[in-house]
Amino acid sequence: MAKINLDKSQVETVKTIAKSIADDIQKFVDEHSTESVERTVLRLYGVDGVDEDKTPLPNKIIEKLLAEVGLNEGVSKYFAKAMVLSKRDGQTTAELLDQNHISFKDTLSVLDVDSLKIEKDLSKKAIHALDNTYNKKLKKQIECPVPPTPWKYLIVATGNIYEDRVQAESAVDSGADIIAVIRSTAQSLLDYIPYGATTEGFGGTYATQENFKIMRKALDKSMKKRGRYVRLVNYSSGLCMSEIAACAAMEDLDMLLNDSMYGILFRDINMKRTFVDQYMSRLICSRANIIINTGEDNYLTTSDAIESAHTVTASQLINEAMGINARLKPELLGLGHAYEINPTVENAFLYELAHAQLARELFPRSPLKYMPPTKYKKTDIFFSHAMDTMFNLASITTNQGIHLAGILTEAIHTPLMQDRYQALDSINYVFNIAKNLGDEIEFKAGGFIENRAKTVLNETEQFLIKVEKMGLMTSISNGLFAGIKRPIDGGKGGPGVIKKAPTYSNPIMDELKKGGKHDQ
Amino acid sequence: MTSKNLIKPYGDTMNDGVMQLAFTLPVENSARAKKAAEVYLTKLNLVDVAISSAKKLTDGFTYFVAFARAIPTLNYDEIEATEVQIKEMNFYQINALIKEKINRKLVIIGATIGTDAHTVGIDAIMNMKGYNMDYGLERYPEIEAYNLGSQVPPETLIKAALDYKADAILISQTVTQKDAHIRNFTEFIEMLEAEKLRNRFIIIAGGPRINNDLAIELGFDAGFGPGTLPSHVASYVANKMVERKGAQS
Ligand code: B12
Repeated sequence: MAKINLDKSQVETVKTIAKSIADDIQKFVDEHSTESVERTVLRLYGVDGVDEDKTPLPNKIIEKLLAEVGLNEGVSKYFAKAMVLSKRDGQTTAELLDQNHISFKDTLSVLDVDSLKIEKDLSKKAIHALDNTYNKKLKKQIECPVPPTPWKYLIVATGNIYEDRVQAESAVDSGADIIAVIRSTAQSLLDYIPYGATTEGFGGTYATQENFKIMRKALDKSMKKRGRYVRLVNYSSGLCMSEIAACAAMEDLDMLLNDSMYGILFRDINMKRTFVDQYMSRLICSRANIIINTGEDNYLTTSDAIESAHTVTASQLINEAMGINARLKPELLGLGHAYEINPTVENAFLYELAHAQLARELFPRSPLKYMPPTKYKKTDIFFSHAMDTMFNLASITTNQGIHLAGILTEAIHTPLMQDRYQALDSINYVFNIAKNLGDEIEFKAGGFIENRAKTVLNETEQFLIKVEKMGLMTSISNGLFAGIKRPIDGGKGGPGVIKKAPTYSNPIMDELKKGGKHDQ
Repeated sequence: MTSKNLIKPYGDTMNDGVMQLAFTLPVENSARAKKAAEVYLTKLNLVDVAISSAKKLTDGFTYFVAFARAIPTLNYDEIEATEVQIKEMNFYQINALIKEKINRKLVIIGATIGTDAHTVGIDAIMNMKGYNMDYGLERYPEIEAYNLGSQVPPETLIKAALDYKADAILISQTVTQKDAHIRNFTEFIEMLEAEKLRNRFIIIAGGPRINNDLAIELGFDAGFGPGTLPSHVASYVANKMVERKGAQS
């Protein structure tokens, strides 16, 4: 593999600074929970379903808990006590609570010793379910082997899960290794997960557990037909980060878009909320063997890809450090970056190679998520296709992990079936004819590419030093990332952050913190 | 209309009518599928149809690329489309015009409304930095520019426009799926009309799928599409204000 001569001690330095930034946030995370984390616990305890107004039961139970006794001790203990009273299973108990047959105030009379056993039981079952999906996926991967990297990632986004299914099957037939169901516009701002199979969405399809199930089933079929493992992706982002992670794990999803800062910057979600939620969601991913995809590529849609290249690298390092704190192995860190340099820049391709190679060498074991050109895509589909072809070449040369297909109609609409075919045709062509190019070439010592990579790493180091000094929260509030300022206590979902009481109980989290089954 | 300027698609010879097409049919790739594609194109009144490529997309779907000749001609003289009439002026000329003819700063407020989160377009027009080497409105000493960002509800934008005493309101829409942009633009205009505020402001629509015809039809004063430069917008607003002032005095 072609290499840039990176300074090893500098690599270590930037990783150390990133760790210190992440550890500082972790202190806050450890002292807090959120409404959405507590709803996640309920979902993992088997609570599901909605009422006539389509409000999910987990939301209603948490609201009830808040109103009756508060959230500071977490839902786990109170729910277990409610089960002691109801003498029924989790779902039935939730329904009884919802119908006000039981009040959380009644549970105050139940002794901890009596509920402890139930709590343990519930969490054991939940962890077992997460281990189960891990094993199930592993088994499938023996039957249908995982293809070599870069994995070809295609999106479907019709708004109708049944139509998505047709699109996904055709994409797999044309060579897709990963199918992402794009989420409906603004779902990230919903403080609940919609329910059931859905056929209407804007710019995408609602992420619901039932939709996950429908698509997983379709892909399992395609997979067998093609004899190749096909990964399913959705979004663990927005106000329901960790809840989605739980639903995704239960339906055997393989990847989740999950970034420690994206929601804060691009969706104006409260930063404390996001930091706490991302931790829980990543703990789940780690145990369920779900690869996270981080969103650094988004910085470049609002900032210049050359000027701000170092913010991408810095964010990758922070995402990695936070990921490690949430027990994610490097193999589960799909750190993001993008091919977004203005195509009129002279030697833009050399810059792109330098950035891609830098990421490759900084995170050698991680399946990097490489985004195609989008921002400079114009409505001329033929030129757009030419740009994508060069992107494909950059990706195979630097051996990226997760290759998002560039689509010739990017500047026009969400992809048609034929657009995906056209994209895969070019990818298959380039990946085949240039398969070992990266093994054959060397980057000239002191040449353009090596110098550029070093410049970005230097800028990254300076930037991280600044962030470390300020603290990550203050840095974000000062607009250091993507030029977007978010006040520490502003944004959506802030009131859903909970200070943990010393008696706070969350046995699932305690177990997850120990790391994945695979590490034990 | 008396004059005639008849046109047809051009391949390599005048009036050959050559067109290139790409489309998918929900049938399995086969000789019959190709025939179906050919017959379908003849139903579109095309002749000399050549299916140059037929590829299987998945079971039951085939993708075709075809070439064919179109028969009808079109009288180009009968075609009308509007473009925003703007005087090409630069940054300095526009500032000078405002200073001289209006004698106070122009207030321009902008936002992306509805659930649309795309800001790069409106930022290109409004933010200091501008677009393609053309300064953004915030940079104009004679313009007070307020960019409210994205996902702004129409009522918030209207209220802010009143608070800032705006002369012009800029609205951006990028997402066009299910005609979301049409709904949002219409809702905004209707809200203004309901409050009898429509004539108080110059209202401008913009975005990658917007053209002047569409904007006018929806009740806007002007519409700007891809490639718009901030100076186009500044010149339009400044000249329109001068015009309005002239009409008043
Ligand atoms: C960047 C981007 C994003 C970024 C936006 C970041 C940001 N802060 O803006 C992110 C990643 C957040 C994003 C999200 C989504 N996006 Co998007 N995005 C793009 C992308 C790649 C580039 C758009 C862009 O920035 N262009 C550059 C600017 C400068 O161009 P412009 O907007 O046309 O602006 C110029 C003119 O139009 C004009 N102008 C624009 N506005 C105005 C206003 C006025 C008053 C005036 C005078 C002029 C003017 O002046 C500008 C300068 O010349 C396009 C694809 C593409 N290449 O077009 C997709 C695209 C626009 N996105 C799309 C979609 C579907 C989405 C999502 C719905 C996806 C999803 N399901 O989550 C979400 C939307 C979420 C939401 N709530 O809106 C679709 C839209 C399809 C459609 N026609 O409806 C596109 C076309 C991609 C695709 N092929 O699917 N997106």
